[in-house]
Amino acid sequence: VKYVIMFTSTPELDAAVSPEHAEQVYRRVYEWFGTHAEKITDSGAELQPVTTATTVTHGGGAPVVTDGPFSEAKEVIGGFSVIDVDDLDAAIAMVKTWPMLELPGNSVEIRPMVVDYSHMEQ
Amino acid sequence: VTETDAAVPGPGEDRAAASDRLLARVIREESARIVAALTSRLGSLDLAEESVAEAIEEAVREWRVRGVPPNPGGWLTQAARHNALDRLRREKRYREKLPLLADPDETASAADADEPDERLPLLFGCCHPALAPDAQLALTLRAICGLTTAQIARATLTSESTVAQRIVRAKRKIGATGIPLRIPEEAERAQRLDIVLTVVSVMYSEAHLVPGGDASADRDVADDAVWLARVVAHALPREAEAQGLLALLLFHRAREDARAVDGELVLLAEQDRARWDRTLIAEAQTVLERAAMLRRPGRWQLHAAIAACHADAPAGDATDWLQVLTLYDMLLAYDRSPIVRLNRAVALEEVDGSEAALREVDLLQGDLTGYHLWHAVRARMLRGLGRDDEALAEDLRALELTANQAERRLLEGRTGR
Repeated sequence: VKYVIMFTSTPELDAAVSPEHAEQVYRRVYEWFGTHAEKITDSGAELQPVTTATTVTHGGGAPVVTDGPFSEAKEVIGGFSVIDVDDLDAAIAMVKTWPMLELPGNSVEIRPMVVDYSHMEQ
Repeated sequence: VTETDAAVPGPGEDRAAASDRLLARVIREESARIVAALTSRLGSLDLAEESVAEAIEEAVREWRVRGVPPNPGGWLTQAARHNALDRLRREKRYREKLPLLADPDETASAADADEPDERLPLLFGCCHPALAPDAQLALTLRAICGLTTAQIARATLTSESTVAQRIVRAKRKIGATGIPLRIPEEAERAQRLDIVLTVVSVMYSEAHLVPGGDASADRDVADDAVWLARVVAHALPREAEAQGLLALLLFHRAREDARAVDGELVLLAEQDRARWDRTLIAEAQTVLERAAMLRRPGRWQLHAAIAACHADAPAGDATDWLQVLTLYDMLLAYDRSPIVRLNRAVALEEVDGSEAALREVDLLQGDLTGYHLWHAVRARMLRGLGRDDEALAEDLRALELTANQAERRLLEGRTGR
């Protein structure tokens, strides 16, 4: 089953992490991608900081362009990967080892991808 | 169903109610196995469960009139298969599954003693942490215990449409997100089993104190919970906590007749202990001893050990409170929830007096201020200290927060309202 896993963090909490600690976690993030290389497909990306986000929203006459992310939430998406594993338990087991989870305010959302479009052909 | 007396009406019970009771037991024995077998055949829990649920509705209608057929499991299996075929033919997207149902079904109902219980993987799927607790409970009641949506709605005090929606969403999520129906691997087992045991325990307590209901209302769901605890304990004999929960529920079940008398609640201290079911207590003790021999302590075993202390005491004032308190202290290592701490405070009062206990209770105000029993327990401590006016105010607050009729009458008696 293919899942998109979205890595989120809370910038205001990230600021409290010491640079040494952060560097150590990043190193393990790098290793994590190595360990799970077989399950991670080529699609995926690490995103520039949320301060670079631009959002285009539905507007009365025409779409409206604004500065910032689409959601008011404190958590922001930092990146995503597409993984291919047997089932949700396998995805959860893999995600539980995501090194950033030791830092407060970090989470990972797991969503299955739509892969079967056969119902649209009918 | 081995109990031959199952269809004999109890005192004051009419024939229809007695046959409903038999029906419920037959359905409970068969339903999860049929759902499991049909799911693995069709590769869709949604479709399988829907077909079995429909078969159960049909069975309830038909068996009430014609009686239970000689092979009820076979009847339900056939009906479910028929319903599944109907659905497959109706819905285009299922067409390719039709061959899966081509051969007549050979689903065995009573499982081989050596076979692992095929209901367990289904149960772990229903209680998957990716499902909300409400959905875990509703789906377990339906797919495992074979309750109808209406019965679940009554037992959980939720509207039928909400229950139906929860079940549909949960089943779809299981299918769409690839939640596996299997017993988790060793590393994940303890955590996942605890969720299953929590669902069973919630099932028992919900059946017990349905707000607005009387003390003896919906007894059958409590019975379903004991039954399910037994299924799990039996299927996983090496899991000490599964034994622990079964022991706990058996201890509680044993007190049932003394706890709910003519629809009135009787508190533990005032219960007529001669009405406790000694056979169930003996069974609970055996199960708890078996759990202890596995040497893997946990919260359910400790809850059961506390219940065992009460069962051992010949009278309320002969309770070994020091032992109870010690067990609560041990329990805190596994479960620091405010409810556990509130119960511990009651034992603390018996050992160290009302003042020490009141201090503990007051620490829980932030967490439990909306919970009627926090106020009732606080009232008890205040009364112990001779602060009767404050105690009365707390009991009145407890009364305001209680919807259950039997609990209300108990508190009304205390406050003189």
